[in-house]
Amino acid sequence: MILITVMFYLMAAIALGSALYVAASKNLVRSVFMFFVTLFALAGLYVLCLADFVAITQVVVYVGGILVLILFAFMLSGRELLSGLQQQTNRLIAINKLPALMLAVLFFIVLVNIFLKANIDNASWISQSIAQKNVITVTDVTVNGIGVNLMTNYLLPFEAISILLLMALVGAAHLSRKEGEAA
Amino acid sequence: MITLTHYLVLSGALFCIGLYVILAKQNAVQILIGVELMLNAAILNLVAFGRFDKLNSSGQTFALFAIILAAAATAVALAIVLNVYRRYKTIDPGRINELKD
Repeated sequence: MILITVMFYLMAAIALGSALYVAASKNLVRSVFMFFVTLFALAGLYVLCLADFVAITQVVVYVGGILVLILFAFMLSGRELLSGLQQQTNRLIAINKLPALMLAVLFFIVLVNIFLKANIDNASWISQSIAQKNVITVTDVTVNGIGVNLMTNYLLPFEAISILLLMALVGAAHLSRKEGEAA
Repeated sequence: MITLTHYLVLSGALFCIGLYVILAKQNAVQILIGVELMLNAAILNLVAFGRFDKLNSSGQTFALFAIILAAAATAVALAIVLNVYRRYKTIDPGRINELKD
């Protein structure tokens, strides 16, 4: 139990630190690579929540797919994109970003207040599911349950999301054509 | 013992960092990274609560759906960013201020 606590705080510290670095860094490529670290730490947190399949999917889809896509976009759009980015971020940084900082911090304070007042650990449906032993324990295999539920309970959302994914990919391929071929 | 409140506070912090990135950055790709951070905060909540639903495994299933949606959204958004860069030679959302014609 103590090891789980230590791992949680370690992963949380890594995730928050790298996310803060993403927010603070002026170097675009470096912030993208720190976002890698955030995503890996979040995958570790999913494992601590006993959601191993979601953690693997996070690593495969986010790290293997989305971040590589973002890096591709950089490399394909040429050097002007990167150099143009760096010259924008040197003057009046503090005053420019003060409203955003204030909004984020105040929103965080509001959220934490809500979380502490909600007392979610004693919510009725959670204590009910603990009483009915509906909680995932460490020795359970969750992948079977996900597979069966995906094909029975959640078949409609599954199909809807497949069609949405197909539409998004066709749309992305259409959007990224060269202008001349369109006619 | 790690309770649900720990996960809620952590995901709230990640969400607010994402909010700050979206508001403060003058670069469409970094704004996209902020959106991804906010989505990940939501997925963390789904997974943390999904622990208490073993039979239906609703939390984990919808976490998977959210990850797939994020992938689709990123693909389209990056294609749009590339198009915008081709037309305006900048991806600062504050300087994209005219329509096509």
